[in-house]
Amino acid sequence: MHWWLPPKGSTFAGPIDGLFIAILIITGIAFVVVESGLIWFIVRYRGRPGRKAFYTHGNTRAEVIWTAIPAVTMVALGIISNHYWVEIKGRNSVPPNAYPIGIHAKQFEWQVTYPGPDGQLGTADDFTVRNQLHVPVGRPIVVHLSSEDVIHSFYVPQFRVRQDIVPGMDIRAWFQPTVPGTYELGCSQLCGLGHYRMRAQVFVHTQEEFAAWMKQAAQEATQ
Amino acid sequence: MTTVAATAHGAHAHHDDRPFIRKYIFSTDHKIIGIQFLFVSLFFLLVGGLLAMQMRWQLGFPGKPMPGGGILPETMAPGGVILPEYYIQLVTMHGTFMVFFAIMPLLVGVYANFLIPLKIGTHDMAFPRINMWSFWSFFAAGLVMLASLFVPDGAARAGWTMYVPLSARHDLSGASLGQELWSVSIILVGLSSILGSLNYISTIINNRAPGMTWFRLPLSVWSLFITAILGLLALPVLSGAAIMLLFDQVLNTHFFDPAAGGQALLWQHLFWFFGHPEVYILILPAMGMVSDIIANGSRKPIFGYHSMVFAIVAIGFLGWIVWGHHMFVSGMNPTLGSSFMVSTLIIAVPSAVKVFNWMGTMWRGNLKFTVPMLNATAFVAMFVIGGLSGIYMAATPVDMFIHDTYFIVAHIHYVLFGGSLFALFGAIVYWYPKMFGRMMSERWGKVHFWLTFIFYNCTFFPMHITGMAGEMRRLYDPNQYTFLQPYQPMREFISISAFLLFATQLIFFVNFWWSLFKGKKAEQNPWHDNGLEWSLPAPAPHGNWEKVPNVYRGPYEFSHPQAREDYLPQYVKLPTDREPASAPAAAH
Amino acid sequence: MGKLGSVAAVAGGIGLVALALAGWTRQPAVQGGASVTGKVKFTGKAPANPVIDMTEEPKCKAKYTAPAREQIVEVNPNGTLADVFVYVKSGLPASYKAPAPTGPVTLDQDGCRYHPHVFGILVGQTLAIKNSDGILHNIKAKGTKNRPFNISQPTTMTSERTFTASEVMVPLECNVHGWMHAWVGVLPHPFFGVSGTDGSYAIRGLPPGTYTIEAWHEKYGTQTATVTVTGSETKTGDFSFAAK
Repeated sequence: MHWWLPPKGSTFAGPIDGLFIAILIITGIAFVVVESGLIWFIVRYRGRPGRKAFYTHGNTRAEVIWTAIPAVTMVALGIISNHYWVEIKGRNSVPPNAYPIGIHAKQFEWQVTYPGPDGQLGTADDFTVRNQLHVPVGRPIVVHLSSEDVIHSFYVPQFRVRQDIVPGMDIRAWFQPTVPGTYELGCSQLCGLGHYRMRAQVFVHTQEEFAAWMKQAAQEATQ
Repeated sequence: MTTVAATAHGAHAHHDDRPFIRKYIFSTDHKIIGIQFLFVSLFFLLVGGLLAMQMRWQLGFPGKPMPGGGILPETMAPGGVILPEYYIQLVTMHGTFMVFFAIMPLLVGVYANFLIPLKIGTHDMAFPRINMWSFWSFFAAGLVMLASLFVPDGAARAGWTMYVPLSARHDLSGASLGQELWSVSIILVGLSSILGSLNYISTIINNRAPGMTWFRLPLSVWSLFITAILGLLALPVLSGAAIMLLFDQVLNTHFFDPAAGGQALLWQHLFWFFGHPEVYILILPAMGMVSDIIANGSRKPIFGYHSMVFAIVAIGFLGWIVWGHHMFVSGMNPTLGSSFMVSTLIIAVPSAVKVFNWMGTMWRGNLKFTVPMLNATAFVAMFVIGGLSGIYMAATPVDMFIHDTYFIVAHIHYVLFGGSLFALFGAIVYWYPKMFGRMMSERWGKVHFWLTFIFYNCTFFPMHITGMAGEMRRLYDPNQYTFLQPYQPMREFISISAFLLFATQLIFFVNFWWSLFKGKKAEQNPWHDNGLEWSLPAPAPHGNWEKVPNVYRGPYEFSHPQAREDYLPQYVKLPTDREPASAPAAAH
Repeated sequence: MGKLGSVAAVAGGIGLVALALAGWTRQPAVQGGASVTGKVKFTGKAPANPVIDMTEEPKCKAKYTAPAREQIVEVNPNGTLADVFVYVKSGLPASYKAPAPTGPVTLDQDGCRYHPHVFGILVGQTLAIKNSDGILHNIKAKGTKNRPFNISQPTTMTSERTFTASEVMVPLECNVHGWMHAWVGVLPHPFFGVSGTDGSYAIRGLPPGTYTIEAWHEKYGTQTATVTVTGSETKTGDFSFAAK
């Protein structure tokens, strides 16, 4: 059993995991300071007969310090986070040469449409496969997400990519896989009784394997 | 307004010759209404817990027949094995009952009603009859929601967040009447909240006793005041959305149907515009009562009273502009993601300020760990964890990864259980003597506290780990995913801890009910506290005071150098005190 | 009126009562002895049924040596069409009451396919839905006259449902395995059949009368024929569907 984030599988994983660790350090420090402070106070200032508490209404300097430090930290965190947010999800974030794949989500399956040998979605040589997402490694992939019925969500943990799929909207999400292997795509928004089974296999191929698979799959599709 | 307040002011605090039904059933006495909320909400807390136990059975022991599951019908659990469609009903109704019928009414319905007139020094609420309707609409809402569990096709099942189109389209969810009854019940809950808020706001503004200036109000009252404003403005949005949903469900409207020009995301914006202030409604009163209890338990004034007030107001205000952080990956314009991230990170600051001030209160105090103080201290320790985990979600790139995973479930439960519920355990014990004239058992209160604290952390802390691993929410059987199979032992551990946690609450329930009849009779001010309520006999009588007391100081004058005791109530006049001129509100 | 009149009135009254009694106790149309049988022919080139890729469900895939195909157009080697639902659409007397069903109709999910693919059931008869695969199936019935239902079976189990209204045909589907489809004809009488692997069907036990028989196919639509039967004769009713 893995006690940490899943293994990295895309170019997003580095920055996101890095941000996670930065937050872990910040919150970890806060956690230790507060919890150990509490435990110390509980022990040190526990009631004893004859003791009197220290009568004070506060300390303005302390208020300023413990307001300013969290505020500055949060602002810094926001600036760093936003940089990556825009890179991943921004309106102009999809790389122009991204390989397009159509994903139509419906209760309870993923209908994956490939652009076929001509590499263009929406042409005659497109073909659709159920519950299998094949992608080449090292290339940006853009998935065009649509829904047949309810809100679903496209989620591949190792790619650190998640995007809700909303009926009536055409949403694009992109990622660049970095490690060949098999992964799992899960639906990440409750979509009905089969939500827990709405799962697809994700195959990250080397460029050659992907080309070979594409050729074979396109042929099978025409049968 | 003045006339009504004057009438309330002149009300009778003495001879009570009302018939039983007017005294205890259709009562307009704020204290009785508070107690009615208490009994009914504790029942719904139990219901919510039972629903969770069934969920945890399926997650810990997937596909196995549940002990006692034989009483469930074939459509829910044939042979005691929970079906997927029943599982998502459990998920939905657990959240619904806990948020709307347990925590919110326990914090607001009980303590706003019970404490506000007592703590500000008046005979009753500004509008006692409206107050009564606030309880009965809540009661009706609860009955409707309970009924939805038993109707054909079962209960609502789109999560307590009820996202459309799943919730609006019966052909897509499999539910029908149950889904509609959810909407009806929520509309009634909204009504109850709005009626209550009207009273709380009016009463606090208008009916404070002479000398009770704004900055002499206890923090419990400040937090209930801000909470009431949040409720007044947020619940109508929820009710409006629920009406639109109901119309889509039964009247063939298409507010949320994209095929007919509606928008699925509209529901999310409406729901979360309500939903975020709602979570502050679920925490602010707890924070306020914790402040009262910690100051009392430390025998010291609250550290930084004014900062604490400003923090409550800041949280209340900022709470309106963060709702989009529930929708970062929803398909909403990503630019909004940036702006909501900023506001969300900023709202962490006033909460941090409060934590430091609680610590400052305990620093150099003379700490007495009664049951309320134990629970209040646990609130601080657990709320910190819940609040810190929120920072991961505020950072949008990280939220992309942990949204809709168990990391969120851990966060929710750390703030709602570790926070609000511990605070409630403390508050219930603390004000029990004033409500019922008896004390709850101190010893069993401590046993309950320690066992709850241990089992609670065992149940919810591991969810941070499984969430980090990518375990999604609302999954009937996570083992369908190969990458989640290794976590089954952890799911089993969580489930067993949850069962033990639930069982432990029986100690609290027995203590509560038994002490009503056999508890030690309470003295007037058992905690040696300073609030106005402790000037009254236990239990407090109808109408509270014959003549409301004058107020000479703030509520946290513990260990005052001029006092003989280590507490100095607000209503006790020292030779050096001047009489307050008149009631601080509009002249009567 | 007089004595004669009274007697006449009483006799008339008794007569009326006797007639009413006779009418009330009149038996419903007895199960007859006539039959309609026939073959459903298919002309033209049979279209290929799409191959089903069951890679996502290894437990089902393992049950096949050659990849399974969808069951949309099932043409038999002898040039006939299977899975055509043939039934009496009209012609039974209004007072006809179907005999009580002798047992349930079983629909099995095996190898991620419905068995049978097309079948009939009486109104009020139990449909026993069996999951022989042991993996999650959901059975969604999209009736218009019957209340839709959508139930899950996460494991090996049997669920029971009944239909309350006559409806031809109620589509059934599984949302977890999008290729799974079945069709059920719900009728208030037992006079229906499904063409088999030799293209033949049989409707037995018909009372004498003139009937409209309809043949229904999921892709090629419906065709009707009129048949008159008496006594215990067997009439032939053939149908022919052409490739489009």
